Amino acid sequence: MRNSVKLILLAVIAIVCILLYAFYDIKGGFSYAFPRRLIKIFAMSITGIAIAYSTVVFQTITHNRILTPSVMGLDSMYQVVQTCIYFFLGSTSILVINKYLNFTISIVLMVLFALILYRFLFRADKFPIYFLLLVGMVLGTLLGSATTFLQVLIDPNEYLNLQSKLFASFSKVNADLVWVAFAILIVAFIYGFKIMRQLDVMSLGRENAINLGVNYDRLVMNVLVLSAILIATSTALVGPITFLGLIVANLSYQYLPTYKHSVLIAGASLISIIALVGGQFIVEHIFELSTTLSVIINFIGGIYFIYLLLRESRAAG
Amino acid sequence: MIQVKELSKFFGKKAVVDNVSVTIETGKITSFIGPNGAGKSTLLSMVSRLLNADTGEVLLDTNDVRRIKSDEFAKRVSILKQSNFMNVRLTIRELVSFGRYPYSKGRLTNEDIKYVDQALEYMNLIDIQHSYLDELSGGQRQRAFIAMVIAQDTDYVLLDEPLNNLDMKHSVQIMKILRKLVDELGKTVVIVLHDINFASVYSDRIVALKDGRVVKEGPTDEIINSDALKQIYDMDIPVQEQNGCRICVYFNSHS
Amino acid sequence: MRLWILVLAAIVLSSISLFLGATDITPMDLLDFGSDEAEIFYISRIPRLASIILAGIGMSVAGLIMQSLSRNKFVSPTTAGTLDAAKLGILICMLLFTSASYTQQIIFCFAFALIGTLVFMQILNRIKFKDAIFIPLIGIMYGNILSAITVFFAYEADLLQNIDAWLIGDFSLIIKGRYELLYLSIPVLIIAYIYANRFTVAGMGEDFAKNLGVHYKFVLNLGLVLVALISTTVVLTVGIIPFLGLIVPNLVSIFKGDNLAKTLPHTALLGVVFLLACDIVGRIIIYPYEIPISLTVGVIGSAIFLIMLFRGRAYAK
Repeated sequence: MRNSVKLILLAVIAIVCILLYAFYDIKGGFSYAFPRRLIKIFAMSITGIAIAYSTVVFQTITHNRILTPSVMGLDSMYQVVQTCIYFFLGSTSILVINKYLNFTISIVLMVLFALILYRFLFRADKFPIYFLLLVGMVLGTLLGSATTFLQVLIDPNEYLNLQSKLFASFSKVNADLVWVAFAILIVAFIYGFKIMRQLDVMSLGRENAINLGVNYDRLVMNVLVLSAILIATSTALVGPITFLGLIVANLSYQYLPTYKHSVLIAGASLISIIALVGGQFIVEHIFELSTTLSVIINFIGGIYFIYLLLRESRAAG
Repeated sequence: MIQVKELSKFFGKKAVVDNVSVTIETGKITSFIGPNGAGKSTLLSMVSRLLNADTGEVLLDTNDVRRIKSDEFAKRVSILKQSNFMNVRLTIRELVSFGRYPYSKGRLTNEDIKYVDQALEYMNLIDIQHSYLDELSGGQRQRAFIAMVIAQDTDYVLLDEPLNNLDMKHSVQIMKILRKLVDELGKTVVIVLHDINFASVYSDRIVALKDGRVVKEGPTDEIINSDALKQIYDMDIPVQEQNGCRICVYFNSHS
Repeated sequence: MRLWILVLAAIVLSSISLFLGATDITPMDLLDFGSDEAEIFYISRIPRLASIILAGIGMSVAGLIMQSLSRNKFVSPTTAGTLDAAKLGILICMLLFTSASYTQQIIFCFAFALIGTLVFMQILNRIKFKDAIFIPLIGIMYGNILSAITVFFAYEADLLQNIDAWLIGDFSLIIKGRYELLYLSIPVLIIAYIYANRFTVAGMGEDFAKNLGVHYKFVLNLGLVLVALISTTVVLTVGIIPFLGLIVPNLVSIFKGDNLAKTLPHTALLGVVFLLACDIVGRIIIYPYEIPISLTVGVIGSAIFLIMLFRGRAYAK
């Protein structure tokens, strides 16, 4: 099958998922339920695309298919921010009630964290990129142990409130914030479109990319920041879905064997939408599970990842 | 012309390249030789701006390499390193097409396609152009990467130990092609070599490095003699002439 | 680093540890059997000291064994999924048996820690790209994934805050009768000492080990069993202490090289000194309250780890 045919197939499945989710079992208050569902679909699509896009480009510039931008401290940063808000200010504070403020503060602090880390460390000939990632991960673990400590001290009722913040959830997504996130996504994509072909060259490795005239250090820096912004946006919007990017990017590489980022990114984005909308449909209407979608996705993503590592040694490079 | 001026690179406190000045003449093959750890590859990496120098500068004609825009530089100088580890599966033709990236930015014009075809033909890869790189032998892979550099159509072609892991037949094949690039297409080739006899037989000029410094530099004739080799390698190496080639017989030398 | 300095440091820190706490105890009180002070001393302070010493020895030796077997300085129970697997094991045990007995917990925790570490070693074997820094990245990713699986089950069963609280490394709850499992560290240490040379050889690879007449599979598995055993005892009695098995052996190897038989006593002792020091810091900072050991070690340990990473880069090139 040609790649274009495969992409169309994915698009069809995605549309079917969206239609199912939008219209299935919609009783009584159509005018009440339908707009809400649309907003949710919109939020899921934005989140899915942002995560898929940032993971694919991040993996290209870091030359591996295992690491994702969210594991290198970004998710931990989000958890620290939210936990600190609940711990020190409580669930009635303005930072919890005012969604805009919470959204902005989360994004700003996460991007700031990434910027400081990259600015401080990123000099490719001094510190290789894996070094940077490891530092990010260690800092993430450090932040993680600090948050766990605070979480244990929190009053159990407050913790339940906090817990809903710490796991991605589409059911309480704020319609206005979705538009803000959409705007950020569009701006990111305008830049992303410009560097699409440079990314193709990047997959030949650092030395070949420089040889072919790519301004390597600057591109890596820009992409790192770009993926941090996208991950921060999606996390602040719905909460962390750590391993979604890992699954959809790798499924896309497997299903669409090409070096062309236009194809890979489109594929990963569509798979991402299918996973989120389709997954949410299953969770809400079929299993009626108490768990949230992100927990299931991390669970499945985790098993898929271990399978990948054990099966294909090439994936590790 | 590429001029290297007082170039140094430190790893920690150790100078891997120590105040090196070299001029690379156009239209010739220049070989960098020397014992392990002499700084050959590091020097080549700095010339090709893969690595930043700590002090000194590299001039392409009269411009500092670091001031030239990256994509402009890629139309003048190409570099091929020894390790080409990749995540993606590419066919030979796709790889060679990447050589046109500095010109086309990914959208191949008819002219670009012509260059790609020529490069494939030049490296004798037409028959297998749709094979994937990971299915090839070491020699074929190396030829594919050289084809990419040829398609890049730069005045200067720099190669870091291109004969690594190749058998005798393929080594000779590659060196003959490099010779042809210089003689027929007027390119300038700079190459890091481990085997002194390949340097002797195929290059016009030799730069000999040791402990990060240039110990000898000049036309091949002036370097390939026992006196100069003694300075470079600390070995007594007899040189024999055979069919007009000077061969260093170092296999049973005393050091 | 001389052995006697470490011994001296261990003795000094031990005495501080014994006489530090909310209740003032002087050596004179101890002679007065039956006094409250003496009671506290024997029920709480001595068990606490013993458990710190045993956990310090255990975790650092476990780290050392893992590093020799994998030939990678950055592999340890924290960075190879061992602790996360142990946590998963405990959770599964809690889910399967509503009131799990101590023995059941030990069995599950041990089995999961062992399997988790084995899987990681399998992954290591299959990865072709063995950059020293890439391995711990994969290990931490792997650990994250295991904990994502844990979160999945814990979330379903509403046990999330419980399991986090329970497994936070904390010595303040140690009293007589609840730490004796840790004495398993002693035979483990002895076996590790006897097999030290064989671990070093096995670390060189299967072919190399066979060439020297070492039974590779047996030694490898023995090493992993020891690691899982130590992790189980520490996790079940104290909780998760991150980074300890990572940094202590590394600090020793900076001074003493990598010959396991030579460095084992130093590693064990430094582990004790380090853990004692961290524990005392955690008890002083917000006196009379305490910061749990996992947080103190997490913060100090990750800071040291980062410094080691930076120094390692400076020397490596």
